[in-house]
Amino acid sequence: MNIDRGKFLECMAWCGTGVLYTLAGPGVVGRALADASPLASVGSTFVQISDTHVGFHGDANADVLATFQQAIDKINALPERPEFVMHTGDLSHLSKPEQFDTVQQMLGTIKTGAVYTVPGEHDVIDDRGALYFKMFGRGGAKPWYSFDASGVHALALTNVLDITGGGFLGRDQLEWARADLAKQRSSTPIVVFAHIPLYAVYPEWGWTTDDYLELLAMLRRFDSVTVLNGHIHQVLSKVDGKVSFFTADSTAFPQPKPGSAPKPGPLKVPAGKLGEYLGIRTVNLRPVSGQIAVADESLAQ
Amino acid sequence: MKLLFAALGALLLTGMALQTVSASSTSPNTDVHVNINNYAFQAPSITIAPGTTVVFKNLDDDPHTVTAVDGSFDSKGLGQGDTWSHRFTTPGTYAYYCKVHPMMKGTVVVTESGS
Repeated sequence: MNIDRGKFLECMAWCGTGVLYTLAGPGVVGRALADASPLASVGSTFVQISDTHVGFHGDANADVLATFQQAIDKINALPERPEFVMHTGDLSHLSKPEQFDTVQQMLGTIKTGAVYTVPGEHDVIDDRGALYFKMFGRGGAKPWYSFDASGVHALALTNVLDITGGGFLGRDQLEWARADLAKQRSSTPIVVFAHIPLYAVYPEWGWTTDDYLELLAMLRRFDSVTVLNGHIHQVLSKVDGKVSFFTADSTAFPQPKPGSAPKPGPLKVPAGKLGEYLGIRTVNLRPVSGQIAVADESLAQ
Repeated sequence: MKLLFAALGALLLTGMALQTVSASSTSPNTDVHVNINNYAFQAPSITIAPGTTVVFKNLDDDPHTVTAVDGSFDSKGLGQGDTWSHRFTTPGTYAYYCKVHPMMKGTVVVTESGS
C-alpha cells in the first residue's frame, strides 16, 4: 500500500473550536511528549483502543495477542495513568467465549480507573451480542449507556446490531440519546463512542451509520463534541462545525484506505512494518479551556 | 421422476458421505457448493431442486454469515475454512446476506418439486 501516510502523519492542527489534534506518526508524538507539549500530563486523560480482533488468524497478523499486549504495555507506560480506557469494538473476531475471556483478562491488566467497551459487529455475530453484553455490558437491559469521567459526558452507543448497509442506531437508541443529552449543559464536553463511524466515511463499504444525521442534529448545541469510532482500522478525521470525528487504528491489522482496494478487509503490510499501522489513542481534556487534545500513537513508536 | 431421484440417491449417498463431511443431507440430489471468497458469495444465485443441500465454505480470513433475509436460516459466524450446510426443502426464492458485511448478497431458488 503506497499511501501518503508519512505526510498525513505530520499533521498537527487545531480542529474545530475545541480540539487540538495531533496525528502522530513516527517521531511526532514521541517528540511532543518529550517536550511536555500540550499533550502531556495536563488535565485528565483517557485512552481509546479498538479492533483487537482476538481470535483472528490470518496473513495480516500472525499474533494479534502480541500486538494487543504491545498496546496495553504502551498504555501502562503512559506518563499519566488514564482515567479510563474505552475499547471501541471488535474485541473478538468471532464472538467466541474463549475469545471474550482472553480479552477480558487482558483488559484487566490495564492500569486505569475503568475499562469501558462498545461492541463491534464481530462481537454480536451469533446471538445478537447476548454473551458480549453479559460479559461487558454496562447498560443493564439496554445495549447502550452513558457515563461521566475525565470531565466529559460520554455516550457509549451500539450501532452493530441491525446493520443492513452501514451501522444503525435505531429509534429506541436515538430517543434514549435525546433524553440523555437533554440533561447536559451545552458547555459540557461531549464524547460519543461507537464502533462503526458515525459519519459517512465510505458508504460503499458500509463505513457509515445510516441514521447518524439524527444523532448529529442532537449534538449541534454543544460547544465541544468529539466522536470516536473504530471499525475501519485507520485514523481518519473530519470536522463538522463544533463536532469532530476521529476513527482509530486497530491493534490487530490495518484495512485499505477507502476505495483504494476492491473490498475492505485485513490488509497485509510488509514484514516489520505492521506496528506502524497499529496504534492507541490518548485523549486529554485540558483544564480551564475545556479543549480536548487527541493524539494517535503507533505501536512502532 | 421420483423413482429416478430415489435411484440416483442410492448411488450418490455413499459418495457424499466421503466427499462432504459437513453435509448431513439425505437429499436425493448432489450437494451444491458455494464458496465465500474475497467478500462475495462466489455463486451469488443458484437454482436447485427441493431437498438439495447447499454447502457454504468461507475462504476469507474475515468471518462471514449466511443469513436469510426472512430469518428462516442463519449459519452463525463462519471463520476461515469453516463450512455450513443447509438443506432446502420448500420451493421458493431465498435471499440471503452476510450479517457482518451486508453488501454481500446471494439468492437460492428452490424449484417446484419434480420440475
